[in-house]
Amino acid sequence: MTGFTKTILGTGLCAALIASAGFAASHSSVTNKAVAARHAQMQMIGYHTGVLGAIAKGEMEYDSAMVDAAATNLRELAKLDGTTMWVAGTEQGATDGSRAKAEIWSDAAGFAQKFTDLENAASAMIGAADAAAVGAAMGGIGGSCKGCHQDYRGPKS
Amino acid sequence: MIGAGVLWWLSAPDDITRPYAADVTPDIQAGALVFAAGGCASCHAAPEAKGDAKLHLAGGLAFDSDFGTFYAPNISSDAAAGIGTWTLEDFARAVTKGVSPQGRHYYPAFPYTAYARMTPQDVADLHAYMATLPADATPSKPHDVGFPFNIRRSVGLWKFMFSDTRDVLTDAQTPQIARGRYLVEGLSHCGECHTPRNALGALDRNAWLSGAANPSGKGRIPGITPAQLDWSEADLIEYLTSGFTPDYDSAGGKMADVVANLAQLPEADRAAIAAYLKALP
Repeated sequence: MTGFTKTILGTGLCAALIASAGFAASHSSVTNKAVAARHAQMQMIGYHTGVLGAIAKGEMEYDSAMVDAAATNLRELAKLDGTTMWVAGTEQGATDGSRAKAEIWSDAAGFAQKFTDLENAASAMIGAADAAAVGAAMGGIGGSCKGCHQDYRGPKS
Repeated sequence: MIGAGVLWWLSAPDDITRPYAADVTPDIQAGALVFAAGGCASCHAAPEAKGDAKLHLAGGLAFDSDFGTFYAPNISSDAAAGIGTWTLEDFARAVTKGVSPQGRHYYPAFPYTAYARMTPQDVADLHAYMATLPADATPSKPHDVGFPFNIRRSVGLWKFMFSDTRDVLTDAQTPQIARGRYLVEGLSHCGECHTPRNALGALDRNAWLSGAANPSGKGRIPGITPAQLDWSEADLIEYLTSGFTPDYDSAGGKMADVVANLAQLPEADRAAIAAYLKALP
């Protein structure tokens, strides 16, 4: 890896990290540890999506190892067993900082399917051979984020 | 007696200028874009409809408010349950004046105070496009609204007091910003959710797009003026295209529908919306 590439990657990663820090700070009022843990999961998902998005948009130079690592991590994050985190009684309004809708528990199968959608979209990203291919696969990842947030996440408090 | 007469006169349903759009040739394909920009399906498709089912405008979605619960009506091309028999004049009066073909006021849950700015060309294109959408025989559900709001004529007074169709951003410096204003303030009616309302449900134009309580009760709709949202124009365009925020959170809730609609427009329109938002004071 050239020094120039490293600089580009480093700059992009720092930008993404700073953005993620903002995301974390916005959840500072969270007191329930299960809620904090799933926010951490979402932050990790957002971070890795950000790496892929930066490559798709040309803000970060294409690097196959970076793409595959980000996509693989996304896939694994989508596969986390949510039993420990999506604990009943932690919906929006019941505990500080939660935006989880009650449908997560009343429609558990539909909610689980959304994580499967992300897992599949992340798998489809692995091996994307250039920035254009990353961009094409971003649609699936974005669609799975949106699909879940539309049905299972409430508005900002 | 005179007072009552004045109230009756003030609350009378408005009409459009007739003949309406006489020199306009309707364009169905352009109408599909007007339909997307206006977000018609987001409210009038059956609740939970996805994909092509969003083009079945059977209605039924509930809107809770301080005044009662409104149900989006059937606006499919069905002759009996929908609007299949409506002339362009009927349609234009409904969309831009909020008055039914029978001369009754619609409740302002239907954003006709924003649609009032629509050009006759856009109204005619939309009318032509909607005639091509499937008919659905599901009857419209009556609104569940208490006294005095159940007296339709009272909506006429509301319109007299609050229906303000003047530009909010009075000085659009470029054609692009003017196009953005047409979309944000008019056709895409962003202010309906992003602008706070007074006790009678009218938009507070002095707090334009500065964020508002969520009508569904939980949380807040964010402010999107430059003071509240420091995203670049490129960030805004990206969000309105893919739904991704600059930190790769994604649009959810009703906004996910809005993004899906706006993503169908030419990029120039999303850029115009972004330019308008950055031009706000």
